[in-house]
Amino acid sequence: MKICVLVKEVPDAAVEKRIDPSTGRMDRSGERNLNPYDTHAIEAAMQIKEGGAVEVDEIVAVTMGPASAVRALHKAVSLGADRSVHLSDDALAGSDVAATGYALAQTLERESPDLVLLGQQSDDGECYTIGAVLADHLRMPSLTQVIKMDVVEGKLTCERQAEYGYDTVEIRTPAVISVGDAINEPRYPSLKAIMGAKKKPLEALGAGDVGVDISKVGAEGSQVDCGTFKAPPAKQAGTIIEDEDTIETVGKIVAWLDERKLI
Amino acid sequence: MPGILVYALHYEGAINKNSLGAVSEAARLAGELGTEAHAIVMGGDDLTDDLCASLGRYGAAKVLRAKGPEGLAQPVVDAMAKAVADGGYDYALFGGGLLGFEIGAGLAARLGAGVTMEVTAVNVDGGRLVAERPIHGDSSISSSRYKGFGIIIGRLNAFETQEAGSGAATVEDLDVELSEWSTRATMVKRGEQRGVDVDIEGADLLVAGGRGLGKAEGFEMLEQLAGTLGGAVAATRAVVDAGWFPYAAQIGQTGKTVAPKLYLAAGISGAIQHKVGMQSSENIVAINKDANAPIFEYSDLGIVGDLNKIVPKLNDAIKVKKGG
Ligand SMILES: Cc1cc2nc3c(=O)[nH]c(=O)nc-3n(C[C@H](O)[C@H](O)[C@H](O)COP(=O)(O)OP(=O)(O)OC[C@H]3O[C@@H](n4cnc5c(N)ncnc54)[C@H](O)[C@@H]3O)c2cc1C
Repeated sequence: MKICVLVKEVPDAAVEKRIDPSTGRMDRSGERNLNPYDTHAIEAAMQIKEGGAVEVDEIVAVTMGPASAVRALHKAVSLGADRSVHLSDDALAGSDVAATGYALAQTLERESPDLVLLGQQSDDGECYTIGAVLADHLRMPSLTQVIKMDVVEGKLTCERQAEYGYDTVEIRTPAVISVGDAINEPRYPSLKAIMGAKKKPLEALGAGDVGVDISKVGAEGSQVDCGTFKAPPAKQAGTIIEDEDTIETVGKIVAWLDERKLI
Repeated sequence: MPGILVYALHYEGAINKNSLGAVSEAARLAGELGTEAHAIVMGGDDLTDDLCASLGRYGAAKVLRAKGPEGLAQPVVDAMAKAVADGGYDYALFGGGLLGFEIGAGLAARLGAGVTMEVTAVNVDGGRLVAERPIHGDSSISSSRYKGFGIIIGRLNAFETQEAGSGAATVEDLDVELSEWSTRATMVKRGEQRGVDVDIEGADLLVAGGRGLGKAEGFEMLEQLAGTLGGAVAATRAVVDAGWFPYAAQIGQTGKTVAPKLYLAAGISGAIQHKVGMQSSENIVAINKDANAPIFEYSDLGIVGDLNKIVPKLNDAIKVKKGG
């Protein structure tokens, strides 16, 4: 079995996010890191490999993004991927979710994976639809938000929470699965793995290498125009209490609740 | 010209409330555009003529009924793609939930269409639909316009349910051949309720716990506080998925929507998918040790501190207050 894990570099959550008003795109400068949700997808791949129920030949980390995105690939490799693929091309800048999914699907097509894994969402775009886009292009069955996955040769048994409770779904591979963060507790990379990550094979590809039709990607090729931005209706800021003396703090909370007749 | 196609999710013979909201919204928009709103459903024998026709009350002019598995996205993508190919729709609309996100995204890929998710409002401008989507932790709102076919996926509870329709909708059976990959997923068990059945929807005061409780036992502290206040205990998906608390008490996108007088959140970061289920609460109080936690952006009272220190003392202090 060959597993591809999609990863993404995102701004560090601790750093404030903003839209660049001149371009309308997200300002992606500042501290960046591997999307924390993706570490669960890498861990899921590692557990399949180590679990022994199926033979895993290879785990390949795949990303699309600017030059700096190689850091996300190095991190993914330090967490267990055997090699990585980096799709990077100026023509791809500004792609919306559908265009990004198309370009990634083209990249994955070359790898012919038996299983494609993703994290439950991206930390920056608040997006959790890319898996479904990919699956349609790849003509594979797919499920998102999976928190338990049993793998045997050719078949996955997945559990996930949907609108009415927990669903159990059986899927015949190849398949695209996005995993929820409850599926596992990702490991920390060893120092040795971090040091060795840069030595593992990393393939850099442009849009032309994977047969991406340029007219379908980038800001021009995207089918959505994200035009104007406005501020949401102002909400009155709440009161903030820093807890230093807890007796005093709870006194203030009780008074606040009492004032609103909640006690 | 039929204009807007809406997916209506159903379960055990009832249409999903967010889908009814989406049908109502589509009918309103179609009225402004001078076209029609049609709904599409997929399932088995529980999709009776009456159930389908009842969508007319919410403004659907026609309901397309396709036979297929329930609770899976890709068969619905096949059906909607067929309907779009047959009927010349310009837009597809979905209510908040989970399946709608999967179907809408898959359909975007299939049709080469534009898609926007987490939409909170849709307007008509120059004869076209414009969707508003809050971004960056709801600190800004972007508007989407579509170059061709547009797919709009609502945020949970974004579209109001309105019985503004003129009566029964016509029901038409849609023959679809499922694509090979759609048939490779099968539902083994749907809608399993994990944990005991608790009732939180009737409570005026809710004490909600998240991953910040550290372990399942952390909920004991919240049960005590809720007991003192005379309320009930609710939870985030993170702790329900972890098995710390029953699913019946989960608030958010794939759980319940509540609007109590008091929502006291302890150890909850305040992710959008949680917020959508509780943001209409009258008073929101949050206890979180991280001053940057998103929940503080929509709390009326925020306490930056360790819940393990604060919650027991708060419980004691409320007891004293109530006793005296
Ligand atoms: C499609 C989809 C649907 C979803 N549906 C839902 C849904 O229905 N409901 C839902 O809730 N979520 C849902 N989620 C998940 C959601 O995105 C969040 O992951 C989840 O709400 C986080 O739960 P949490 O706040 O308990 O955990 P975390 O985000 O991990 O937050 C824990 C918080 O506890 C704080 N903390 C830690 N220790 C302490 C301490 N000692 N004292 C005080 N504070 C402390 C931390 O600072 C942190 O802010 C969904 C996600 C997706 C992608």
